[in-house]
Amino acid sequence: MKLYEHLAKEVFSRHGIPIPPGRVVTTPEGAAAACQEIGDVALKVQILSGGRGKAGGIRFASTPEEAARQAQALLGTDIRGLRVERLLVEKKLQIDREIYVGIVADGASRRPLVIASVAGGVSIEEVPEKLIVRQIIDPTWGLLPYRTRQIARRLELTGDLARQFGDILVKLYRVFRATDAELVEINPLVQQPDGTVIAADGRLNVDDDALFRHPELPRVEDGTEMELRARKAGLSYVELDGNIAVMANGAGITMATLDIIQHYGGRPANFLDAGGGAGVEATAQAIELLLSRSPRALLVNIFGGITRCDDVARALVTVAERRGGFAIPLVIRLVGTNEKEGQAILQEHGFEAYRTMDEAAAKVVAAAAANGGQA
Amino acid sequence: MPIIVDERTRVVVQGATGTQGRFHLARMQAYGTHVMAGSSPGKGGEEVNGVPVYDTVEQAVFHHAANASVIFVPSAGAKDAAFEAIDAGLGVIVIITEHIPVHDAMDIMAFARQRGACVVGPNTFGIISPGKTKLGIMPAVAYAPGPVGIVARSGTLSYEIASALTRSGLGQTTVVGLGGDRVVGLNFVEVLKRFEEDPETQACVLVGEIGGSAEEEAAEYAKSMAKPVIAYVVGRSAPPGKRMGHAGAIIERGRGTFEGKVKALEAAGIRVATLPWEVAGLVAEVLPEGPARNGNGGGNGNGGRS
Repeated sequence: MKLYEHLAKEVFSRHGIPIPPGRVVTTPEGAAAACQEIGDVALKVQILSGGRGKAGGIRFASTPEEAARQAQALLGTDIRGLRVERLLVEKKLQIDREIYVGIVADGASRRPLVIASVAGGVSIEEVPEKLIVRQIIDPTWGLLPYRTRQIARRLELTGDLARQFGDILVKLYRVFRATDAELVEINPLVQQPDGTVIAADGRLNVDDDALFRHPELPRVEDGTEMELRARKAGLSYVELDGNIAVMANGAGITMATLDIIQHYGGRPANFLDAGGGAGVEATAQAIELLLSRSPRALLVNIFGGITRCDDVARALVTVAERRGGFAIPLVIRLVGTNEKEGQAILQEHGFEAYRTMDEAAAKVVAAAAANGGQA
Repeated sequence: MPIIVDERTRVVVQGATGTQGRFHLARMQAYGTHVMAGSSPGKGGEEVNGVPVYDTVEQAVFHHAANASVIFVPSAGAKDAAFEAIDAGLGVIVIITEHIPVHDAMDIMAFARQRGACVVGPNTFGIISPGKTKLGIMPAVAYAPGPVGIVARSGTLSYEIASALTRSGLGQTTVVGLGGDRVVGLNFVEVLKRFEEDPETQACVLVGEIGGSAEEEAAEYAKSMAKPVIAYVVGRSAPPGKRMGHAGAIIERGRGTFEGKVKALEAAGIRVATLPWEVAGLVAEVLPEGPARNGNGGGNGNGGRS
């Protein structure tokens, strides 16, 4: 779960990381009032995407009138494909230096990884490798102050700046652990002309699998309406931009199925991993979900391990009965646990099933093309 | 000789009295796995399929000299279960559980590193040494004993590839599922190292996916390997920023792309299959001629290779 900047900063602030004074507003009037109170402000769109500055999502204002005008121009627009509903109106900072600092749950080292650079303010992907400092942290002991001094030294930060950087980094690590974060990031961490250091931006991505133990955190729903519906049903669903709906069991085989469809010149509409051991009703719901997107064809690719082929076959029959048949071409590949039973059920109801992914993928691509031609 | 688990592996099933635990305990037993005991807090004294259940892993080790565990405990309790297994001195811990918080996984791996325990998973189908033992949930029919080592991030996809190899008469020494999460225990390099050292393994298959840098690291290591490696990577059609079912399978910050992985693997001299059913053919090409390839003919010792 990604938190909006203003929510991330609230969490940072609770852990003692300095942030600029600011207000979240949803109207031009709100922006004017915030400006009246704060003075020179930055108006920042609150969307779950990086690169918003480049996309025109950050404006500045010195007077309430100007703030209202800028807010008017931003609210309700789409930036990077996301609707702008909220702005963070924040004190405009004077910037001497911009530093990047982040901590990620790192798969390669299986440990927390601190990433820092003195080339802050731009996306870390754009920073040359030689300007990036990385430090693996042992979660058993955590991030002790000496480590922050080492990192500061490698960044060539000195004196009071190094001290403030270290203090903020220790607190950022506490946020990382306390919120079960996959990623915490301050970019930029700004040194102001008076020498004080402050978090000008903030990202906090919380591990979805740990949300159960964080009732204190706000909930932010990210994704399309369909993706949210699927998540509620316990399904792993991803929307793509093609026209062939795909259901498979297991993330790896689902990805492989998408690749093969593309290999044959087709375009997958979505990705639905029915997971292991879904029952008849859950599988039927998954199929309904896919059909509700009006694809040109549907491919069901099952290699049953925990998943039972007869359950999948019954789910298909259930959906067919509910909807009075399938309006689009349906291609089924069904092998593995209880394969014979599954194939028998399908045959009885007039469906045919393929034995290999290869045949099924080629067939569904052709079927979708033929169906698209009629539409 | 298989790697990591074999006929000497003595298993305790943690979470043995749950639905998944019961079901797979029986399946493992049926395969021939030495399932010595189960553990489930508060269920000590019960039996599952004739196997005694204890409240603690410690008792299972004390009474049955268990040396490995398979964890089916739900995600909120999985860290506790893994720590218990590591603390009891078990050498191999297979964590089937999915949706374990990533910070819990980091803690588990840190403790395992301190104690020298080998963790497989989490979110893995497990590990199987065909004909000898299986610790996990994979369908046994997909495998046969033979000279190919398989290491995969994903479960069902590896069943697909293993069964295609098996149908082509290419059995396996061991098949290892690393798990689909961002933070997992064993990685490609560690498994490839063991295959490289194993006298019976003659070729390796690496089944990777987009996200992270594990395939690139494997490619780097493979440059020093004497044994041939064939790879297959999924996620060619995945758009950046979308998590493709696995927590680890996401292209972030321009890293972990399909193209980058294939390029790294090919630069290391690894042949990369474009389609999953090409893997078996590529393996057959690189396998040394002569020895029996499959368990059908009693592959172990038949070819005189070891």
